[in-house]
Amino acid sequence: MSPMIYFLSGVTLASAVAAMTLRNPVHCALALVVTFTGLAGIYLGLGAQFLGLAQVVVYVGAVAILLLFVLLVTRSGEAGDGDRERDRVAERSWWGWLIALLVGAVLAVGAWSAGQLPQRAAPPELPGVRDIGEALMTDFAMPLQVVGLLLTAAMIGGAIIALREDRMRVAAEREGRR
Amino acid sequence: MLGSGIIKGLAETGRNFVGSYFDPERMTTVEYPEQRLAPKENTRQFPFLVFDGEAALAGLRCVACQICEKECPPQCIYIEKSREKKPDHLGKPQFHPAIFDIDISVCMSCQICVEVCPFDAIKMDTEFELSTSDRFGGLLMHKDLLARPNSHFLKVHPTDAGVIDARRAEERARLEAKARLDSEAKAKEAPPAA
Amino acid sequence: MFQAIDQIFVNLLRGFLGHLPEPIRPWAGLVISLGAILGTFGLLFGLTTVCERKAIARMQNRLGPNRVGPYGFLQFIADGIKSLTKEDIVPRSADKVVHFIAPLALLVPVVLTYLVLPFGRNMVVLDLDAGLLFYFAAGASTELAVFMAGWSSRNKYSLLGAMRAIAQMLSYELPFILSTIGVVMVTGSLSTVRIVEAQGPGDGWLAHWNVFTPWGFAAFFLFLIAAFAEANRSPFDLPEGESEIVAGYFLEYSGFKFALFFMAEYLGMFSSSALAVTLFLGGWTAPVSFLGFVPSWLWFFLKLGVLMALFIWVRGTTPRLRMDQLMDFAWKFMLPLALFLIPVVVLWDRVGRGWVGWVLCGPIVAAAYVWLGRALVGRRRIQLRTYRYASG
Repeated sequence: MSPMIYFLSGVTLASAVAAMTLRNPVHCALALVVTFTGLAGIYLGLGAQFLGLAQVVVYVGAVAILLLFVLLVTRSGEAGDGDRERDRVAERSWWGWLIALLVGAVLAVGAWSAGQLPQRAAPPELPGVRDIGEALMTDFAMPLQVVGLLLTAAMIGGAIIALREDRMRVAAEREGRR
Repeated sequence: MLGSGIIKGLAETGRNFVGSYFDPERMTTVEYPEQRLAPKENTRQFPFLVFDGEAALAGLRCVACQICEKECPPQCIYIEKSREKKPDHLGKPQFHPAIFDIDISVCMSCQICVEVCPFDAIKMDTEFELSTSDRFGGLLMHKDLLARPNSHFLKVHPTDAGVIDARRAEERARLEAKARLDSEAKAKEAPPAA
Repeated sequence: MFQAIDQIFVNLLRGFLGHLPEPIRPWAGLVISLGAILGTFGLLFGLTTVCERKAIARMQNRLGPNRVGPYGFLQFIADGIKSLTKEDIVPRSADKVVHFIAPLALLVPVVLTYLVLPFGRNMVVLDLDAGLLFYFAAGASTELAVFMAGWSSRNKYSLLGAMRAIAQMLSYELPFILSTIGVVMVTGSLSTVRIVEAQGPGDGWLAHWNVFTPWGFAAFFLFLIAAFAEANRSPFDLPEGESEIVAGYFLEYSGFKFALFFMAEYLGMFSSSALAVTLFLGGWTAPVSFLGFVPSWLWFFLKLGVLMALFIWVRGTTPRLRMDQLMDFAWKFMLPLALFLIPVVVLWDRVGRGWVGWVLCGPIVAAAYVWLGRALVGRRRIQLRTYRYASG
């Protein structure tokens, strides 16, 4: 399985780099989809079936589509809106560098300390879908409910924002027509 | 209730589906190359030139009067008169077409040429299987291709052709009668010299 | 004897793999199974297109294709040759790479869904613990391919078609998945193989197909309607509405790439029908135990054929929906009903899955159907239509 993991890691990394560097935002989003899929492949290779498949359902099936919709709805032009915007982004790029450095540091510390941890024997059998389901419904029932509530609140909030804007526009138009 | 409409629709198409196998009345399709509808007398495709007798080019009724050429709305007819005259079926000396071309890629099958022709020389054919394997082949028809015997005319438009033939026979008979009268009168006027 | 016929394909594969060296056996098995699946369903695709054209023609009292081969059944070969030899046109301003990848990105996930479908006893390529989830994961990525095709063509109609298709597929994916939850709850497993086995006759003589339960009956039709929408079939063929957006997202595709789209659509239809068979119609199990001698794969393809006939029949019957009708139906009728079925399944399970369950659950499901249906179509007031931008 090892060469497969290396191959998938390579694809994931390459597509992540592509997602950051490509000019056309839609290409970036599509490259990000490849990243998601590669990640799902790594999960599957490690035997985490549920996680890997849920990754595909949620990220490839929903999040990527959402991203693409947002790109299409908010951007009027096609690729790159000109140099000004790029300059403006470039001025603040040090923020990005800072965050990247921080994330990298955290990951490095984590990787280093993982070597220090006492080695535990792997469980004799990998947890299957049934175990995950049972854990979610018993031990983690409360967190699951909270997450559900959070998502519902976010959805209702989104609906309200969209609704209010629409109403305001209609009202403004009526005002204008008079 | 929701869904009753779609069940009605499914029943209708289902009835059509089953019925199409058992009820020949439903299937109106004619499978063309093998099956054909009976020819209809009033169909028309492209014009042809009628000739009498055996020889196609010698017996053309056309006298190259060029009325059809002038009347043709899309101008698809081209005629050149012959230099010499020859007698028609009534014995009258007439011109005949040296060139008679119809471009059937231009012809719109309007039948105006047929209606204006005073000599019943041009008629509409019912032949429609004119396709060729090359793009421009068979589009310009010369008079040798256009000529069809009167028997063909009788076959495709029997009523029309019967009326015309009767009229032509009558004209001819009248002419012959008149010629006979004339010769008799001549004989009377100038009694044989004693 | 019956056993041998039933297991003929399994034994053939096992016998062949026995000649291969040990390390490559699983991969060789995967490749051969995939080849067999593609071959079988490719042929089925061709035959279905011909049957569909003939059947729809008959519904309209026409003859349909009857020239190529006996009764016109080789028409699909002629069509295939025509597609392959046609010029492959890519619009000048199209995004060439994405334009090229899109048909493949549509076909590959669709083919992947076949890996977890049990075609007969022991005839499944991957018996995954989370087989159903695998199916939905693979199915979810098709929307992306549709977007890629519509966006990369640089054509307004294509993009509109893609947007319609994605909106429709996202809306109907929810009832599609939710309607299967009852089956998963009753079986207690996401594995397609377990689900089929649980529906077998067991010790009794009658099979326990999920469609023969009040909730299963409703869920089966919900699933089927959602499958129609996922496959972009009539009456849900707005994404390719010829009269308004020409051909939708595959407008700028010709020749072989168009054939790939066409094939992916039909393969998707087969796979969702096959999933419906697996989840609700007992997969490869016989309806009654004394018919158990018929090979299991024959049962599977028989049921698949019945569902395909239904697909064709509905296509020959229904006109196209309007966009608001489409969305109303998904969000106001199918989704609430699918959610409502989940507690009904719990009730069915608690009262012992017998006639008591029928007496209790049957009227509840019927009442929910009638009530939701009335809420959807009943209270519609006819009024003068107002336009925000066009009037005034």
